[in-house]
Parts: sequence; structure tokens; C-alpha cells
Amino acid sequence: MKQQMVSGRTSRTMMLVVVAILSLVFSACAAQSSAPAADEKFVFGLVLVGPINDGGWSQAHYDSAKYIESKTPGSQMVYVDKVNPADRPNVKVEQVVDELIAKGAKLIITTSDDFKDGTREAAKAHPDVTFVHASGDDVITGKAPANLGNLMGRMEYGKMIAGCAAALQSATGNISFIGPLVNDETRRLADSAYLGAKYCWNQRGGDPAALKFNVTWIGFWFNIPGVTLDPTKVVNDFFTAGSDVVISGIDTPEAVVEAGKAQAAGKAVFAVPYDFKEACAKGEAACLGVPYFNWVPSYTKLINDVKGGTWKQEFTMFGPDWADINAVETSGIGFAKGKALTAENATKLDAFIAELAGGLNLWTGPINFQDGTAFLKDGEVATDKQVWYMPQLLEGMEGQSVSK
Amino acid sequence: MKTQFVALRTPVIAMGVALAVTAVLLLLAGADVLAAFGVLLGGALTTPSRISDMLMLLAPLLLCAVGLTASFAAGQYNLGIEGQMTVGGVAAMWWLRGYQDGSPVILYWIGAVLCGMLMGAVWAMLVALLKRYMHVSEIFAGLGFNFVALGLALYLVFGPWKRPGVASMSGTEPLADALWLPTLTGTRLTLITPILAIVMLAIVWRLIRHTHWGLQVRACGLSALASVRMGVPATRRTFEAMALCGACAGMAGALQIIGVYHSLVPNVASGIGLMGLLVALLVRADVRWVALVAFFFAIITSGSIQLPLALSIDSSISGVLQGLIVLAIIVARARRGEDAA
Repeated sequence: MKQQMVSGRTSRTMMLVVVAILSLVFSACAAQSSAPAADEKFVFGLVLVGPINDGGWSQAHYDSAKYIESKTPGSQMVYVDKVNPADRPNVKVEQVVDELIAKGAKLIITTSDDFKDGTREAAKAHPDVTFVHASGDDVITGKAPANLGNLMGRMEYGKMIAGCAAALQSATGNISFIGPLVNDETRRLADSAYLGAKYCWNQRGGDPAALKFNVTWIGFWFNIPGVTLDPTKVVNDFFTAGSDVVISGIDTPEAVVEAGKAQAAGKAVFAVPYDFKEACAKGEAACLGVPYFNWVPSYTKLINDVKGGTWKQEFTMFGPDWADINAVETSGIGFAKGKALTAENATKLDAFIAELAGGLNLWTGPINFQDGTAFLKDGEVATDKQVWYMPQLLEGMEGQSVSK
Repeated sequence: MKTQFVALRTPVIAMGVALAVTAVLLLLAGADVLAAFGVLLGGALTTPSRISDMLMLLAPLLLCAVGLTASFAAGQYNLGIEGQMTVGGVAAMWWLRGYQDGSPVILYWIGAVLCGMLMGAVWAMLVALLKRYMHVSEIFAGLGFNFVALGLALYLVFGPWKRPGVASMSGTEPLADALWLPTLTGTRLTLITPILAIVMLAIVWRLIRHTHWGLQVRACGLSALASVRMGVPATRRTFEAMALCGACAGMAGALQIIGVYHSLVPNVASGIGLMGLLVALLVRADVRWVALVAFFFAIITSGSIQLPLALSIDSSISGVLQGLIVLAIIVARARRGEDAA
């Protein structure tokens, strides 16, 4: 038996020494490999809450930025995706922003409601960089430092069109809405979908009492196992409970995927996904169409403004280009019709879109809140602010107006 | 009897295997392996702001790992550490909600940390109670209580403590600026946090290694039955060790609230407790190595944030590497005939 010169304790020392040496060696490598950003380029940074291929909200941002990169010479996007507590625990928005600025970003666009506090702190820490928080409202509330603006699309129109498509195609008038978490934005959009559905249901001569509009909130913008409700299960529960159209308000495409499967199994059910132009591809046979964000026009303007030094702090709302709501260069909100929408209904939907373009405003009273109190008196038209800070679901909708 | 050669060789080989497997994974992903390791192992140390972020991760990690060495010493695999950290954050927030403009801030900081420690300790004692009197394994009880703690935080964030009008996953309304622990200029480093972590390290080290109490705790860890026969109050010592661990975790949770998140977020623990478990598994009940291993893990985790930007590699590779290291070392120990943990 050999003499034991090295004990277990010393072996652990060895291990740690090796680890320490390795870290030092590699840190030297890392220091060498960080390249400075080129001067003539304009770098803009994107902070995304979901993955770049989520088939929804985050992909809409990413694809728009990619489009701009390809069209605008010298512009370069840097991004970090999946910035959320499930995918990247311990990573704060401020940290991610630091990394993007280290890559040379002069404009930072953060794209989730949940980045509100982080974006504000990051903007305070980097007064020389322009920040835009998409879906935030710090400019309205007065909390924004001078270098932070807000940007959001008038998705109310997209949701109205979505609701209309659902009401046109539904055989039963039993429509469901799968929502993320309950807040002003999500209530506003669920309400818009309901208004569109109600209008088109009545237009086609449906019994007003037969229209059912049920809202279920899963708890977050996408599925987080163990934390949110499982959207796949929620959608299937809708179908089981008798809905034949599901409108999605979440970032990911479970609704259209499950509706596609149910169609394949012989059920006449449909879905309207959300956010991303190509979302119908995940379940074409069941897809009535998708209201989507096209960030190309607004991002292009932002980049030009920041580059040219003409950027001003603003709360910017952009909408569809009514001349052609699907024009890439000009329309910020679009609606891509799906294959499942019948030709007859497609014509009716176009007529509805034309009415909206002609000035039809569904936010016109009388409209009551879910609890029966009056929101808009007869003939009263809601202001942008009233719509933005939507406190409740509307009368006629089922589901929670506030989270429990 | 292990030979000198084997004793020296095993940890080195284990590390090598872990690094090699990670390298293969990176290769399969089509990444530049050397550059990736460079970022992973050194990226966190390149700028003052990155170093400060790494230290802010290290501090709670160290607290959890230190606490766990105490519970491991008593033979308790405290998987409830995440929950103990979470309720620590909740308790701290409960205390901080009493703050009004002009109140002495220091009272609220100290109170928040004490509330966090107390609540963490209570949460850990619940696990110990279940184990002692209901014969529920502390592993399962701990995991169960993790879910309860997360549920509690979620309930508060989306319920009674939600922001005016808008409940948000990003947490409750931010604390008044005065309650934010002061940071070093230009960074997010709150100096007191790592200092407290080191103080706790010193205290636990002293308790476990150099006191009669610590000797008794370790005796319980080796054999509860034998220690009882030797006249050690085993139940009591086990409870105390668990409470100490819970207090450390609760302190970490409280510090995350006043130093990092500045509001109650649902995911206060955010995997730091579990990472602390990995550290504790590596060092076992030996307090001496906790700081170094935790430092190494903090560097990897913190550096990995740069991977998607620098090399388009998913940052989760850091977790893979950490897991592989622990696995490799445990396998090596098992082959050498040592106790696996």
C-alpha cells in the first residue's frame, strides 16, 4: 500500500487551484476578444421578453428590426431575447441594457410591459443613450427621465377586426378569449375584441343574447409551467365548453395550434392568433386571420430621429395605414386573413375594415363596464387616455376584470 | 485505502470531464469553443459594472451555500432553501411596507433583514418539524414548501400588494428611493450585501468548526442515533442547524429586495438557492471552500449573460457546466468509495 501523501482535503485544493487558473487564463482570452464597435454604424438594441422565434410578440419586433437592418445601410441590431424570470433568473433589464450599450447601441428599445421599472433605471444610468419602452407609459405618468420615450400600436383596431372575424365565422356565437395577465393593456385589448365581435354579430343579424364572450387569463404573456395556467389546456377547455372560436391575447401561438389539431380531428373550431404576421402558419386550417404589429414604420422613424438628433421625448401611438393596413413600410397595425375565413366572411370583414377606415369608432357610448356602471354615455366617444387606462371588462363579457 | 495518485487525480479528471463535455456541446451547437469558455469564465470580470453584478449574485449565493453547509453538517438536505429565501423576501417586504417618508431608513433596512432571517428560519423549522414528527423526508417537505412560498409571493404580488391598477409579474410597486440600499457610483453594487455574506460565512464557520455546538451538530450529521446515545440533544441540534440555514436564506431574500429588486418579485429566489445547493454538494459540510466555489459559480453564471450577444450562444450553457461539474465530482467520489454527498 502506497503512502498517502495527498489527502482528500488537498485534492480539493488542487481542484480549486485548477479552476482558478483556468478562469484567469480564460479571462485573458475574453479581454482580447472584445472588439470595439465601428464608428460609422448606427447600432440599436432590442430587449425582448420571449425568444426571437416565439411566433408572436417578440418575433414581430425581431423581424421588423431585421427588415430595417436589411433596408437601411449602416444600421445594426443587437438584441437579447428571453429576458424574463423563467428563462433568465437573476438577469435584470439594466444588466442587459449595459451589455447592449457595450456593443455600441445608441438607441435601446425595450419591449415588454414588465420592463417598465428596469427601463427607467437603465435610462437614468445612461443619459446619453435614447430609450424607448414599447407598451410603457412613463411619459404619461411623468416618471420618465428626459431620454426615455414610449411607443405602442393601436392594436385596438387589430383586435376589433379579430373580434369581427370571430363573430362572422362563429356558428354558435360562443367566443372565447385567452388573455395573459390582467392589466390596463390587456383589458383594453380584450374589450376591443369584444366590441368588434358584438358589432359584427349584430350586423350579421345574430341574436344579441346568444353572443357569449368569455375571457380567461393565464397569468403571464406565455406559458411558465407551474406559474401560469397552461394555455394549451385552457384553449382545449374552451372548445370542450362549447366555444367554436378562440381569440388569443398572449404572446405565443397555442390557440391556433390547438384549433388546428381540433380541426384535423373533425371539429369545426377556429382561432385568431396575435402579434405576428405569420402566426397562422401554426394551424392554417383553423386560422381566421391574425392582427399583428409591424414595427418597421415606427422603428425606422425612431432610428432616423435619433441618428439625426431630432428625437423628442414622446408618448407615440401608431395605427394602421387605412389605405392598406398590410403595407410593410407604412402600416404599424395589420390584419393578415387566414385560410379558414370563408370568402363570404372575408368580404364582410373587408367591409368592416373599410367602415373603421371611414371613421367608425366602436368606443362610442352607450357602453357599460362589466359591473354595470356607465363607462360612456349615449353618443360619448372615449378619449385615448380612457381607452389606454381601461379599468374593467365591458358589460356582456364573462371573466375577471381584476386579478384575484 | 485510496492511493495518493488517485486522490490527486480524481477531482482534476472530474473537472476535465465536465469541461470536455461542455466543449463538445458547444461544438455541436457550432460555437467557437475557446471564445465561449473565455466569456463564460472571464466575461464577468472585464468591467467594473460586470464585476459589481457578479458580486451582487455572489452575495446571496454565498449566503445560501453557507447556510446549507450548516444544514448538511447536521445531515439535512435542505432543498427548501429557495422557499426560505422567498419567504425572507416576503417578510422583508412586509416590514418595508410600513415605511413613510421621513422615517429612519436604517431601522427599515435592519428590520427587513431581521424579518427575513426570522421568517426564513421559521420556514426551515416547518420542514424540520415535518421530518421529526411526521417522518416526511426533508427533501420532499422542502420542495413542497418551495411551491407554497412561491404561491404566497405570487398571491401577494397579484393580490393584496399589487401595483395600483396594474398587477404585474415584474413585482409590486417599487420601494421609495430612500429605501434602496446605496450603490457604488456607476454600478449596481451595494457594498453591505457582500460584507454581510462574508460576516455570515465567518459566523457559521466558527459555529460549525470551533464550538461545542458545531461538534454536536456534526455528530448528528454523522449518525443521529449514535449522537443521541452519546448524550447529544440531536433533535434540538438538527432544528437549530436548519433554522440557521433558513435564516441565511431569509437574509439573502431580504437583501435581494432592498438591494436588487427594490420590490417584491414573485421569483425572489430565482434559482440562487438551488445554485447554492450545487455549491454545498461540492464542498459538502466543509465551510472553508464555500467562498471559492461560490465565487467560481457566480463568475460562470454572470459571464453567461454575454454569451447570446457575443457569440449567439444560449446562456443556459452555464447551468449545464455547473451541473456537469457537480455530477462529475460526485461520480468521482462515489468511485473512490467516499460518501456521495
